[in-house]
Amino acid sequence: MAELDKKSVDATPNVAEVATVNAVTGTEAVAALDAPVSQGEPILQVRNLVKHFPLTQGILFKKQVGAVKAVDGISFDLYQGETLGIVGESGCGKSTVAKLLMTLERATAGEVFYKGQDITKLSGRALKAVRRNIQMVFQDPYTSLNPRMTVGDIIGETFEIHPEVAPKGDRRRKVQDLLDVVGLNPEYINRYPHQFSGGQRQRIGIARGLALNPEIIICDEPVSALDVSVQAQVINLMEKLQDEFNLSYLFIAHDLSIVRHISDRVGVMYLGKMAEIGTDTQIYDHPTHPYTQALLSAVPVPDPDAREGRERIILSGDVPSPANPPSGCRFRTRCWKAQDKCATEVPLLAIPERFKASDTPAAHESACHFAEEKDVVHAA
Amino acid sequence: MLLEVRDLHVEFHTRDGVAKAVNGVNYSVAEGETLAVLGESGSGKSVTAQAVMGILDMPPGRISGGEILFKDRDLLKLKADERRRIRGQEMAMIFQDALSSLNPVLSVGQQLGEMFVVHRGMSRGDARAKAIELMDRVRIPAARERVGDFPHQFSGGMRQRIMIAMAMALEPSLIIADEPTTALDVTVQAQVMDLLAELQRELNMGLILITHDLGVVADVADKIAVMYAGRIVETSPVHEIYQAPAHPYTKGLLRSIPRLDQKGQELYAIKGLPPNLLHIPPGCAFHPRCPMAQAVCRTDVPPLYTVDEERRSACHFWKETLDAR
Repeated sequence: MAELDKKSVDATPNVAEVATVNAVTGTEAVAALDAPVSQGEPILQVRNLVKHFPLTQGILFKKQVGAVKAVDGISFDLYQGETLGIVGESGCGKSTVAKLLMTLERATAGEVFYKGQDITKLSGRALKAVRRNIQMVFQDPYTSLNPRMTVGDIIGETFEIHPEVAPKGDRRRKVQDLLDVVGLNPEYINRYPHQFSGGQRQRIGIARGLALNPEIIICDEPVSALDVSVQAQVINLMEKLQDEFNLSYLFIAHDLSIVRHISDRVGVMYLGKMAEIGTDTQIYDHPTHPYTQALLSAVPVPDPDAREGRERIILSGDVPSPANPPSGCRFRTRCWKAQDKCATEVPLLAIPERFKASDTPAAHESACHFAEEKDVVHAA
Repeated sequence: MLLEVRDLHVEFHTRDGVAKAVNGVNYSVAEGETLAVLGESGSGKSVTAQAVMGILDMPPGRISGGEILFKDRDLLKLKADERRRIRGQEMAMIFQDALSSLNPVLSVGQQLGEMFVVHRGMSRGDARAKAIELMDRVRIPAARERVGDFPHQFSGGMRQRIMIAMAMALEPSLIIADEPTTALDVTVQAQVMDLLAELQRELNMGLILITHDLGVVADVADKIAVMYAGRIVETSPVHEIYQAPAHPYTKGLLRSIPRLDQKGQELYAIKGLPPNLLHIPPGCAFHPRCPMAQAVCRTDVPPLYTVDEERRSACHFWKETLDAR
């Protein structure tokens, strides 16, 4: 198994190791640190991923009466060393995607390939081996750490489950190394979570995510519970660690400014579907999907001079229920461009025909029949 | 002036000692004006608002000094029943979490109508009609059919509209909105902020908007008060503060948020942690985190220096802060 190559959780860069594993050459991986990374072999390939949660009626004889279509056929790739941001409003299925990739939830249909292996079909020992390489950082640093365990136990627990990563006698030192890597005093190893502030706790969560020396870290709203002044510290730390360990991040958040800051590519989700996906410049400066445009235009910009200059698209109504999504395009009930075609034909996520030939930044995948470029972020 | 808070002090008596949550806050709001109170958790922005509304938990809280002048009357000297009459009729509050602020076992119609029954002595039937009118006014679709629905049957944005309707019901002259859109998605947040601003203009109310979101402030506020460790560190009209902050804390905050319209370099991070209110640092509370701190900052509490006619900054080096941009 390829995983056995990686025995150490030391802070030494493991670029070379990972490169052999991934059929990405060492030079490419190093170059990837400062260049856009969407080339080469994807480390994670998601294909038509579906998760439906059954809605049942009755107590003794449960009868399925419908399904909440939390994730309804999404596909994307995650490359080595890149950050893919996923944005969307509550209920769009972004956290369900995180759980599916972690195999905390079983997919209803679709595949997730990690190095050519479909992890949705794995179980037992094979699944455990894969899980070591895909770790997670949670949103709420107050509830995701066990209050009765010391920091040392919280981070060290990962080594109980994967003893091959660190031999028993070595664990305490490894934990202290990890604390040092995330900028905490290694002497705090015997403290409890309540003795730390929110930002420090999130650092503990990150240290736990790093403990097994994973290749992919799934971050579900990692900074949204933090104060503004602390948020920047944690974001900077995450970027530093990514460079140091050549990590791939799937960064799920609702704060569009933060996602732009940290991401190489961004995917916009709406009601269980991917509406638009592209590089950060493509999505933020040249969005073509009306939902992305509305979402971006609604973000308040910390600049009072911009408030007159920017176009605001105020959507009417609320997000429809994922148990009963609209036919055709899911966004059509709130879209100002919607026509008959939108109710009957589901728009596919593809580069719009009209932009295909040209080399504009608008030529990226967008699931809209009437994709049009519109700058809503910059003041006119 | 509609509301004037003068040298307000609030402390909480806890097992570990006295937490000084508010340490001499001054601010004022005129009719039709929007004041944004900006601060991080523990800065005292919500506690100040609760003291103004008269809904502070006492004990453990205690107002240890200051005055709250509302229409030239000191609220802190009023009897409990007089304050109750003011609350709801003349000033109202909108909370962050609409689901936990609404009563889950009463229909929204009953909760809205209750205002009119209690304060205006209306009959149940008239109150219900008023409730429908209010729901229409905050643009809840099919108000007549939905007036009997319970809070959980509404979406987050609709619930926040109901909260706004409730606050507006008796046409108060002051509204305090404590993080009114923090729990909402951005597209819904824009709808709700628009509605709030429109109703404010219509009724010419004073609005105190408590928030940590610098973007929301830039969108709606006229003036801004930045709080840190229970004190106001800077007050300013909204345009000036974004262009040239006069306090290192404000400056640090503005620099530490990523921008939507450009891809930034590494984020500026304010070092260190917000202070523990049980042990607020001596001198300027911000000095352990401040890049400009000098010896004087460790010993002397900075007063609110006058920067210009409309601006104040509680920094010994406000001039240097302004120049160093």
